[in-house]
Amino acid sequence: MLFYLIRRIIYAIPIALAVGFVCFMLVQIAPGDPINAIVPADAPGDVVEQVRRDYGLDKPLPVQFGIWLSKVVQGDLGRSLATGRSVWSDLSGAIQNTLMLAVAASLIGFTLGCVLGGLAGTFRGSFIDRAAVSVAVAGVSVPHYWLGMVLVVIFSVQLNWLPAMGAGPGGSGDWAWDWEHVKHLVLPAVTLAVIPMGIVTRTVRGIIAEIMNQEFVTALRGKGLTRGGIFLHVVKNAAPNALAVMGLQLGYLMGGSILVETVFSWPGTGLLLNNAIFQRDLPVLQGTILVLAMFFVALNLAVDLVQTALDPRIKRA
Amino acid sequence: MSMSTTPSAAEAELAVQAKQAVARSQGYWAGVWKRLRRDPLTIACAAVLLVMFLAIVLAPLIAPHDPYQGSMIRRLRAIGTTNYPLGTDELGRDMLTRLLYGGRLSWFMGITPVLLAFVIGTFLGVLAGFAGGKVNMAIMRTTDIFYAFPSVLLAVAISGALGAGIVNAILALTLVFIPPIIRVAESVTTGVRNLDFVDAARASGASAFTIVRVHVLGNVLGPIFVYATSLISVCMILASGLSFLGLGTKPPEPEWGLMLNTLRTAIYVQPWVAVLPGACIFVTSICFNLLSDGLRQAMDVKG
Repeated sequence: MLFYLIRRIIYAIPIALAVGFVCFMLVQIAPGDPINAIVPADAPGDVVEQVRRDYGLDKPLPVQFGIWLSKVVQGDLGRSLATGRSVWSDLSGAIQNTLMLAVAASLIGFTLGCVLGGLAGTFRGSFIDRAAVSVAVAGVSVPHYWLGMVLVVIFSVQLNWLPAMGAGPGGSGDWAWDWEHVKHLVLPAVTLAVIPMGIVTRTVRGIIAEIMNQEFVTALRGKGLTRGGIFLHVVKNAAPNALAVMGLQLGYLMGGSILVETVFSWPGTGLLLNNAIFQRDLPVLQGTILVLAMFFVALNLAVDLVQTALDPRIKRA
Repeated sequence: MSMSTTPSAAEAELAVQAKQAVARSQGYWAGVWKRLRRDPLTIACAAVLLVMFLAIVLAPLIAPHDPYQGSMIRRLRAIGTTNYPLGTDELGRDMLTRLLYGGRLSWFMGITPVLLAFVIGTFLGVLAGFAGGKVNMAIMRTTDIFYAFPSVLLAVAISGALGAGIVNAILALTLVFIPPIIRVAESVTTGVRNLDFVDAARASGASAFTIVRVHVLGNVLGPIFVYATSLISVCMILASGLSFLGLGTKPPEPEWGLMLNTLRTAIYVQPWVAVLPGACIFVTSICFNLLSDGLRQAMDVKG
C-alpha cells in the first residue's frame, strides 16, 4: 500500500508538469505576440524590448517554460493586465466562492443521485426505476445555463422568492452564514447540481443492480438477514466505486461552473475567467486555468488513493 | 457425371457454411433494425430529430420572416402574437424564423467536432491499440494529460485563448473529444488484436494494413461509433455554451446559445420567449442521448 501510494504520487508529477505546459502554451497559441500579454499596447518600443529581455521572451521556448515554471512554483502567477494586481490576489477569493458553490451543488446532487440511483438499482424495472432513469437522462441532457435562466424566471421573476444574481445583499463580497446570503446560493447550487445528480443516479443504479445480482446477497437473504442488514452489506460493497465517481464529479463542478456563474453573476473563478477572456487578460486566464486544473489533478490522485484504501479487493502494488 | 462438375461433400459443406456466414452478417443488421423497431422511445427520438433536421435545412423555404430583419416597434412580442407565433426577440426579429435558422449553426457546431474527433480519435486509438509498445505509450500518456482537465474548462481555455469564432470553437471542442474517443478505440482494439482470427490472418500472410482494414476496423468501428453518438449531446450543450459565453458565433448570426445570451436581459419582459432557444437545445440534446442509448442496446455494445 505504501509502495503504491508513493508510486501513484510520483506518477502524478509528470502529469502536473504536462498540465503546466498546456497552460503555458495557452498564451503561446493566443493570436498576437505574447509580449502584449505583459505590456500595454501603447508602450514605446524600447520599453517593450526591455520587458521582453526581463521576462526572457527573447529566449527559446523551453527556456521560457523553465522560467515560467520556476515562478509558478513559488506562487507567482503574474499580474493582471486589467487591474495590475497580482493574479493570485483576485484568484484566491474567487476560488473560495467557486468551492463553496461546487460543494453545495455536490451535496444536493450526490444526495439525490444516491437516493434515486439506490432505489432504482434495488427495484429494477419498477415505476421508481423508470422515473429515476428519466430524471438521470434529463439531468445529463439539460443545458444547465438554460435551466438556470428558467429557475430565475420561476423563482425570481414570477414568484420573487429568491435573488437572481450575486453572492450577497447589495453586491457585498463578504460571505456570512445567514439566510440573506444563503438564499443567493440556492438557485446556482441547484442548477449546478443537476449534472452530477444525473451521472451519480446512473452510476449508483448500475453498481447496486450489479451487486444485487451477486450470490452473496441471495445467501444473506437465505440466512434470514433483515432488509436493513442486507442494505448495509450492499452499501459497503458499492461505496468505493460510487465515491470515486462522486470525487471526480466535484472536480468537474469546480472546472465547469463557468456557465452557471455567468448566468448568476456568482463571483467565482468562472466569472473571473469570463472577464479575463473578454478583456484579453491572458495572465488571469492562464493562472485560473492552471489552478483549477491542478486542483483536478490533486483530486484525481486523492480519489484513487481513497478508493484503494477503502476497497481491500483492490491490491495495487 | 464427372467429378469435375459435381462438388464434393466437403465443398458442399463449405458452401453451406459460407452462405450461413453471409446470412449471419446480414442478420446482424437485420437484428439491429428489428430491435430498434421494437423500441418506440428510440424511434420517437429519431423522428423528432429528423423533423428538426428537415426544418433547419429547409429554413429558407419555410421560415415566415427574414432572420436578420428587425423592427424597433415590435420588440419582445409575446408567444402567440399574430404573424409571430413564437413572439419576437429583443430587436424585433421573428423568434420562429431565428430558431429555425439558429438550429443550423447549433447542429453544425454540435456534430462537426464529434465527427472530426471520431475520425482522428479512431485513427490514433486503433494505432495505439494495434501497434502496442512505445507507440501505445506515447499516445496514451498524451491522452492522460488532456484527461487532467475538466472538459468544460479545457474547451473554455482553448477557445478563450484562441479568441471568439466558429472555427476556434470547433477546434477547441474537437480537442476536447479526441482523448475520450482514443481511450475507447484503444481499449476495443486491444481486445480484438489478441483474438484468434487476427492471428489466423497474420499466419495466412495478410499485411498489417489489411488486418487493420478488414479484421480490426470491422469489429471496432461499431462500438466507437456508438460511443461517439453519445458525445453529440454533450457537444451540443458545450458548443451552445461557448456561444452563450460569447466565444462561439458572433451577433447577429442566429445560434441557439447566442440567442439565449442576448435574450437574458429580456427575462423580466418576456420570460417564456427568452427561454425558447434553450428549450430547443434541451430537446435536441435529450433526443440524441436517448437515440444513442437505443443504438447501444440494439447493437448490443457493452459499456
